[in-house]
This record gives sequence, structure tokens and C-alpha cells, in this order.
Amino acid sequence: MIFHAMTYLRNSCARHPDKPALADGGDTITYGRLWRQVCAAAPWISAALKARRRPVFVCIGRRADSAAALFSVACSGCFYVPIDPSLPDKRLLDMFQTVRPALVITTGPLPKPLPFPPVLTAGWADISAGPAYPDVVEDLLAAGTDTDPLYCIFTSGSTGVPKGVLVSHRSVIDMIEQFCAAFGFDGSEVFGNQAPFDFDVSVKDLYLSLAVGGTVQILEKKLFLAPRALIERMEERRVNTIIWAASAMKLLSALRTFDKVVPAGLRRVMFSGEVLPAKVLNDWMDHLPNTRFFNLYGPTEITCNCTWYPVTRRFANGEAIPIGRSFGNCRVFLLDGGREITAPGQPGELCVRGSCLALGYYSRPDITRTAFCQNPLQPDWPEPIYRTGDLAQWNGDGDLVYVGRADSQVKHMGHRIELGEVELAVNALRQVDSACCLYWEEKERLCLFYQAPEQDDRGVLNALKKTLPDYMIPNRVYYFERLPENRTGKIDRAALRAQYFTKET
Amino acid sequence: MEQLLSILTECCPDIDFEHETALVDDELLASLDIVMLVGELNETYGISITVDDLVPENFNSAQGIYALVQRLRNG
Repeated sequence: MIFHAMTYLRNSCARHPDKPALADGGDTITYGRLWRQVCAAAPWISAALKARRRPVFVCIGRRADSAAALFSVACSGCFYVPIDPSLPDKRLLDMFQTVRPALVITTGPLPKPLPFPPVLTAGWADISAGPAYPDVVEDLLAAGTDTDPLYCIFTSGSTGVPKGVLVSHRSVIDMIEQFCAAFGFDGSEVFGNQAPFDFDVSVKDLYLSLAVGGTVQILEKKLFLAPRALIERMEERRVNTIIWAASAMKLLSALRTFDKVVPAGLRRVMFSGEVLPAKVLNDWMDHLPNTRFFNLYGPTEITCNCTWYPVTRRFANGEAIPIGRSFGNCRVFLLDGGREITAPGQPGELCVRGSCLALGYYSRPDITRTAFCQNPLQPDWPEPIYRTGDLAQWNGDGDLVYVGRADSQVKHMGHRIELGEVELAVNALRQVDSACCLYWEEKERLCLFYQAPEQDDRGVLNALKKTLPDYMIPNRVYYFERLPENRTGKIDRAALRAQYFTKET
Repeated sequence: MEQLLSILTECCPDIDFEHETALVDDELLASLDIVMLVGELNETYGISITVDDLVPENFNSAQGIYALVQRLRNG
């Protein structure tokens, strides 16, 4: 039995030292080189911190060495927090205050100086180049237990402060074992990595590849602006498996990429993150008749995915693609007011139990208790379940179908956004009196309605960019001298929806 | 050009399309902005921008986008 997620790394490094483990546009790291780097960096981290189970920030890029740095932190007995250093300073500081990292590791050049207060900082190139101590790493691996945290990944929080989801080794080991059982990987996989490492979709690329001894080809962000080059690179680098956000699938289809060039080497396509329209899936299937497609579902809090659906037929335009059934070692069920819903066609809140559950939100016992609560169907022993806030229903085939959200969280460009978090950021601006944010699903636009003495759309957006990541910046802005109010004196969201979310104006 | 600028500003209200000349190279436009933009341009001008038109030269500036639209409308 495996207790430490990095045991997969050690085993694959021993088995295929000459095989490429990680590659980006410029650099290729073989398993042998990866192991040497880890055996230099992990003992350094352990010696520098003199403690286990401490948070370590890793400033990531779309780079092979960023992944190597994450693995080294994990091998040291500490846990990593992947950080995109191009995020606004305010957000980086919020993360810093929440986690209080013991160490910050940088990989590659920084886009701007880090805004952190004094903290121990080290460059990856320095700590990975020293002498390797494989015996020390063996001891470090043996000293852990599988309930120790492995990583902390941040998501949007409705209170205006991002939440750090803390995930244990056990949950990731469980994900690896369930995925390998479901999809039958054989080690010949070359994963075309689309998701950045601070986004939990990438956890699958990194760990599944480690476990099966495959290769992760990191696809540069720029390629997603030039889809033809993207497909050509994927073919050149022999990518045969992709685990992508649905938004990236939509991108290629919307630009009618496959009329010109087809990623013919793809054997498996897995998508998740948001609802994929049937017409997009059909477009992919039409051009890739021998590829297998899987719809995956799950939030970061249950370690990547808890349900999967193998696509076995075409879907009519507008028909919902099911999110399917639970993976083998996890249970998914629907709750409505403490009662389980088993009959098809009735929506309920999708809840999850099993080893996949995250440990909680770092340093936030209040919101952890609400989201990870006692199973109301089973009062006899402590058993946490995770309430996703997603509504779903069973269909006649025994598959789950996603229905919508129970709150004001939206999925935009593959990212989770709490509309309340955007509203708080707007309301904090001096030039704004009041504001509300609504999501126009049909057009996939994040719309901001604000009231102020003077109109200054660009000024408002530029101010927001100092506090919010790009994907949370509204796509459309409407200025009001006075926002409409309902009878209770609140902003009349229904009226705004009815007036603005109709036909293109 | 004026109509185009208003479409561009509508899609990405935070970008100064009149002056920027490295929209793609400086990563001001995200990949999904481009999808949104292409959809709007196709609809408004009755053209079909395809993957081969998606090169930085065409999308780095409003001028470049304007020239692309003109080319496709005449071609």
C-alpha cells in the first residue's frame, strides 16, 4: 500500500530514468534528472525549515521545473502552495496572510517583484543543483502519514478572500488509483497539459503521469491564442491524452480549427470544469472518430473529480451530457433538506463522501465546518461529507446530470468565481457608490452594473485589476446614476437581468 | 473603424484598443477574449474568421483586426 504520493515518483524514476517526465517548449526533464533534482532540493528544504507539514509557496510558470519544484516540496515532508506570481499584489498578499508560508521558492524569471513581507526565499536553480541525497529522501518519504497535507490550492471565496483548499496525500493517492482503474493507462501516455499548476485540473496531468511513468508535455499559454500552432505542437510532441478544461475544448471548436488541422494522435480526451455544449463535443467526435471522450465532474474540494461519464453516443444540440457515476472508491448522492433523493428527475444538492475529501480550507475552521459537514443520513459516527453547492439529478440510465448552482457561484472561462467576491472588490473602490455583478450564461459574460457620481468604466476596471485575477474582471460594464431597487431597497437583480440579458443590444 | 472599435470595447472594456499595438504579444487578449471577439466579428460583418487568420499580426492592434475584416469582406 502506498502512503506517500511521492512514492510514485520514486518508483517511476527508478524504472525509467531515461524517459522524459516533464517537458515544456524549451526544457525536457527525464525521470533520472528529476530524481537527482528532487534529491538535492528536498533535503535542502527539510534542513532549512527543520519542520514537516509546513506550507511552502512555489511561484510557478508554465515550465517543467515548476513541477519539479512542487514535487521536491512534497518529498521534503512539507506541502506546496502553487502561486501564479503574475496575480495582483493584493491577491498574492491575501494568500500570504492566509497561509503564512515558511518558505517561498521561485522558478524562472518573475514578472514583477513579489509583494511579500520578509520571508525565507530560494531560487529553484540554486536548491536543485546541489549534491543529491537519495537516502535522506527515502527517510523523508518514510516519515510521513497519508493524512498529511500534500498541497493547498486557492479558489474564489464569497467573503472576498480566496480560500485555500488543503488536500492530503491519501486523497491524491486515491485519485490516482481510481483514475488508473477507470481509464486503463499503460505508461505510454503523453499528457498535453493545458491547466496551470495553481488550478486543480493540472493535478491529474502531473500525478497520473508520475504514477504510470508517462510524460507531461506542458503546452505554452501562447499556443492557445494560435490554435493551429497548438495542434501542430501537440502532434510533434506526440500528445495522446488530454485532460482539459471544457473552455479550452470550446476554444478549438469555436475557431473551426479542425477544418484545417486535427490532433489525430489523441487517444483519450477528458474534459471538466464547466458544462460542455453538445455541439462542441460532436465537433470533436466528428473529427476524432477513434478517440475516446470522458466527461469528468468535481470541485477542488474532492480532489479533482468524483464522477465520470464515458461518452458512447452523440448528443442532440442542447442536450445535457451526463456527469455520470461515482469513481469506485467514492460515493456521490443528492440531498434535499437532509433527505436523500434517489428518484430520477428531481434535483438535489450533490454531496460526496470518501477518501477524496479535502482536509478543509486552510486556517478557516468556520467555512470548513459549513462545507465539510456531518453526513445527515448517518448520525452514528463522525463522517464528513462535502456539500458541493451544485444541483444535479439522476436520469433514467442511472447517471447524474448537472442542473445548476444553489448559490451565486459561477463558472467562467473554466474558473470558479463567487460573484460576491467581485462585488466586494467593486464596492471597495472609492469612485463607486454601489454595484452588483451578474453572469449572463448564454453569452458567457461577467457583467458589472455600478452606480457612481461619474461614469468611468475603464477606471473602474483598471482599479479592479489591482485586486482581482484577470478571469474575474467583468467583460461588460453598465453605468447607472441610480441602480434600480426592489421593494426592500436592494439592487433589483431580476430587473437588470430582464432588461440587459435579452437579445444582443 | 468606429463600429469596429465599439465592438472591441464592448467585448473587452478594459483594453485601450485605440492605442495598443501588441494585444496578443503582450497577452492583453486572453484566448477566450479572442473566441468572443471572433464570434462578434463573424456575426456583425457576415464573415468567417478561421484558425488560419488567428496569427498575432491580425490581432495585435485594432488596425490589424480592421484590415483582416476588410480582407474577408472583400474576399
